[in-house]
Amino acid sequence: MSFWTILGPKRIIQENTALFELKAWAETSKIMRHRMLPSFRPDSPIMIYGPGSLLREPSRLFRDMRRDLAASRELAWRLFMRNISAKYRQTMLGYAWAFLPPVFTTLVFVFLRNAGFFNVPETKVPYVVFVLAGMVLWEVFADALNSPIRMVAQSTSMLTKVNFPREALILAGIGEVLFSFLIRLGLLAIVIAWFGIHVPWTAVLFPVAALALVVLGVALGALLTPFAILYHDMGQGLPFLVTLWMFLTPVLYPPPREWPGSLAMVLNPVSPVLDTTRAWLFTGSPEYLIGFLGMSFVAIVGLLFGWGLYRIALPILIERMSA
Amino acid sequence: MGEEPVVKVERVSKKFCRSLKRSLWYGVKDLMGELMGRDGARRIQLRPAEFLAVDDVSFELRQGECLGLIGPNGAGKSTVLKMLNGLIRPDAGRIVIRGRVGALIELGTGFSPILTGRENIYINGAILGFSKKDIDARFDEIVAFAEVEEFIDAPVQSYSSGMRVRLGMAIAINVKANLLLVDEVLAVGDVAFRMKCFHHFLEMKAAGSTIVVVSHNMIDVNRVCDRVIVMEHGRKNHNGDVSTGIAAYESLLSKHAGTFEERAVNGAAWIDRIELQDSRRNPSSEFETGDDLVAEVTISAVRSVPVARLIVHIMTPSLGVLGSFSSPHKGFTFDISPPGIVVRFAIRNMPLLVGSYSLTLSLYGADIEDFLHAVRNAAVFRIIGPPVDTFGYGLCHSIRFEHDWGLARDKGSSLTTASVGK
Repeated sequence: MSFWTILGPKRIIQENTALFELKAWAETSKIMRHRMLPSFRPDSPIMIYGPGSLLREPSRLFRDMRRDLAASRELAWRLFMRNISAKYRQTMLGYAWAFLPPVFTTLVFVFLRNAGFFNVPETKVPYVVFVLAGMVLWEVFADALNSPIRMVAQSTSMLTKVNFPREALILAGIGEVLFSFLIRLGLLAIVIAWFGIHVPWTAVLFPVAALALVVLGVALGALLTPFAILYHDMGQGLPFLVTLWMFLTPVLYPPPREWPGSLAMVLNPVSPVLDTTRAWLFTGSPEYLIGFLGMSFVAIVGLLFGWGLYRIALPILIERMSA
Repeated sequence: MGEEPVVKVERVSKKFCRSLKRSLWYGVKDLMGELMGRDGARRIQLRPAEFLAVDDVSFELRQGECLGLIGPNGAGKSTVLKMLNGLIRPDAGRIVIRGRVGALIELGTGFSPILTGRENIYINGAILGFSKKDIDARFDEIVAFAEVEEFIDAPVQSYSSGMRVRLGMAIAINVKANLLLVDEVLAVGDVAFRMKCFHHFLEMKAAGSTIVVVSHNMIDVNRVCDRVIVMEHGRKNHNGDVSTGIAAYESLLSKHAGTFEERAVNGAAWIDRIELQDSRRNPSSEFETGDDLVAEVTISAVRSVPVARLIVHIMTPSLGVLGSFSSPHKGFTFDISPPGIVVRFAIRNMPLLVGSYSLTLSLYGADIEDFLHAVRNAAVFRIIGPPVDTFGYGLCHSIRFEHDWGLARDKGSSLTTASVGK
């Protein structure tokens, strides 16, 4: 009984104060009145939501994918800028964080090799430059692999409340990957110049070929996203698996020729792509060009599939997020 | 497009899962079903731990209509809104929407605390679908509206929560859509802010937008909505007129608050039941303002109680006790002897306005401490007419006051009279 009596008067007082404050507001509201944004279109498309699988109408799915990709560019740019600014603004070292981790990893491996803890055949360029280039490429792949999962995981509140073009998250993620890559690329260029290494003309293909690693990473990441968002096992296991994967990829060593080491070139989809890209930078004569071209094609097809899966899965994921 | 409904919801259902583990596993299964090209026409089947959050709901909205979705917590209102927004898809039924959808579900979505107000305006704007050009053109207005001029280049984490809400609203208020979805945005902020919001919605409605509002504030709903749908346990159990819808919702609240009784140990008598009747003695629970309400209270007894008292409280779910009266006040005394008696009281010319009300009864003996039995919300009744006016041109809220108006005197002449008197 007392519960009701406490609640009663409070609300009445609230309604009364409203009258005073409404007056003050009337002044400001005049400025905002009767404004129509150019984006107001009465002839907008008809949307139909039903329980049937989106795959039953592939033409509609593709049309929506194309439309949303175009519509997402502006938002992707904003999200990219937001994430980059938010990531570095509260740091002292700023953008240096983009290259410090691979640089230190490189230095550790160079030290271990020079101290004789492991043996790596001679490389055409100084080992430190060889590993740094490898690390820069590996990081681009690892970043790309993580980015769709990371973007979705960090945007749950946005995803459960606003229907924005979902492609924006993927694009913004790719933007971040490329941004870090460009910073590291600058560092790599400085190191190469410092060592006075002459690079062949094919070096201009290096950043372009690195895009194949981005596509491969994002494709794989997008395919994993639904399961990573539903079950957090992926979040627990993925960093560990990625590190393990790095050791099975010719990052710290040139492609092994003898069995069983050569398996790393055959079974690991990243190997031919990474090695070819690095070969274009240093030697100009990649040995695994066929593998590179094949994997690039697979990556592009995989990206289309990953994108489709991502779109189809998101409503289901959002349901389980908000539950 | 005036003829075609803007929103058409046809027998839509949505199931949710109570258990997290199962929910995740069903998520995987649903995804597989989706990839196998699941047929949408299949009948809905509940798996273990699942329930229908939205159960067979249909409605249509035309251009310029404003619908209020009301109901107790967990009734499925927000789920309907999410489906209209295309965030989640129905498990059965179909939703057809013509035109652009805008949603005010949360203010300041995507704000990054360490970025400045300026940066966040562009980010939140982009999330709501504005281009840089749109925001550029309105930037100064947004800042002025939010009253954050001095802080616009300070990080948003240094803003007060009120400033953040105002900034979010100043951006969101620019959303123009054929269908606008609003979820409890009205409830945040102070009353002045709520007034701003509802005024804005009325303007949008006038401009031809269709609006769906989810709110727990019945006065706001009454102000902006033309129709309400009352939901309970995922089902639609009222669709139509606002006042009667609100009354239906408040009865639901009373029902959910439940009858609560307190009984004296070894009490000699107790209240058995109460029946409400109209002035013609027909059982009824719906009345109009000014009607007579008659109640018959059946009291059972195992021992006799001389000079008993019955106290009646008239309550509303939102305001609490409006007034009480007691049998001795009118000089009515009664003795209870086994097996019991039936007492009747009448409320004449009921001064209550449209809404839902309940009666709480207490039974006492002659002395102050002779408590026997109390039943909260023993009976619920509704006032269904005549309609109230929420814009300040008629009667509103709960009680009809008898009143009259007249011109007292002319202000100027009254002064003259006073000075002449000197």
